[in-house]
Amino acid sequence: MSGMSRIVKTMTSTVFPFAMIFGLYVIAHGHLTPGGGFQGGAVVASACAMVLVAYGSVWTMRKIKEKHLSVLESLGALGFISLAFLGLIFADKIFFDDFIMGPNGIGMIFNNAALGESDIFTAGVIPLMNFAVGLKVIAGLFAIVLVMAYATVKVKEVKSK
Amino acid sequence: MNKRDFLALAFLTVIAVFLVFSVVFMFDEDLHPFGEPTENDMDQYIIDNTQTETGADNGVTSVVFDYRGFDTLGEATVLFTAVAGVILVFRRLKK
Amino acid sequence: MIYNIPYFAVIALILIGLYAILFRRNLIKIVIGITLIESGVNLFLITLGYREGSTAPIYTLSPGGIMSMPVPQALTLTSIVIGVAVLALMLSFIIHIYRHYKTLDVRKIGGDD
Repeated sequence: MSGMSRIVKTMTSTVFPFAMIFGLYVIAHGHLTPGGGFQGGAVVASACAMVLVAYGSVWTMRKIKEKHLSVLESLGALGFISLAFLGLIFADKIFFDDFIMGPNGIGMIFNNAALGESDIFTAGVIPLMNFAVGLKVIAGLFAIVLVMAYATVKVKEVKSK
Repeated sequence: MNKRDFLALAFLTVIAVFLVFSVVFMFDEDLHPFGEPTENDMDQYIIDNTQTETGADNGVTSVVFDYRGFDTLGEATVLFTAVAGVILVFRRLKK
Repeated sequence: MIYNIPYFAVIALILIGLYAILFRRNLIKIVIGITLIESGVNLFLITLGYREGSTAPIYTLSPGGIMSMPVPQALTLTSIVIGVAVLALMLSFIIHIYRHYKTLDVRKIGGDD
């Protein structure tokens, strides 16, 4: 599909950085305020879909191919699984354990006590899992929208020949 | 077409009567009224001990990622399978 | 009886979605009916976990008091994501069907009556 007029393109490229920063804020503060990996990933994917609608799918497909997006999504899934397997090596030797704040935790970065004030360095292994799941959801939803929008262009080109 | 429409209307009427009957006439015994759920020990334990055991300030996130992490693993698998299926449908085979 | 309005909203959503699946001919309207039924079921899950006069189960600058149950909210999150995945697959199959049959009418695609 083709892009829209010049006014829409200018306003989209102005609003897009603010929407992405808000989505990354919702992902990063998932253990303090309502939000987390899935919700923040949906916000960032909506901002990327807005760019796709404003600039046209042919222009967007030239900049980002879908194999790069599938590599990013696989990285997110592998990070989530490896965080679950690290619980088998350290501390309590249980699958899917909290090996930073659990009973015999190793206590690295995220190990302050939670007292009801907004301290980012709390909550053990939960912020790392939030980043992995957020990356997976962003890449997955953007790949779905991009592939479905590009599939309708090729049909028209083939039929007109 | 007439027979199919008649069967569909009968099915819809049966489902509607069943749902309305089960909400209107079965309060205070099986379906608790809005605002008084059953007394649940698991949820009270989670609310009391989240800050000391997991160290998080958000109750819902600690349930999703710590107390019930297996469900999140299954959900990540479903999302991955759906994305793989959508990209598979629109593949172009080079001739 | 009028205080239990969320349950009646769930019944209305499920019945409207079921009507759209049974009595409409366009394929996209059938998919919209499936999405309405999923929204009704998610609303039912959240309604089951409310305590009277409670706030959200979050401790950052909380005003104190009773808190509502966090487990049904976590299960609803999973259900919403699964609904999005199923909707994406259904829509991609509809695009594929349209390329082959050139029509979206369910009674012409499924063979003769």
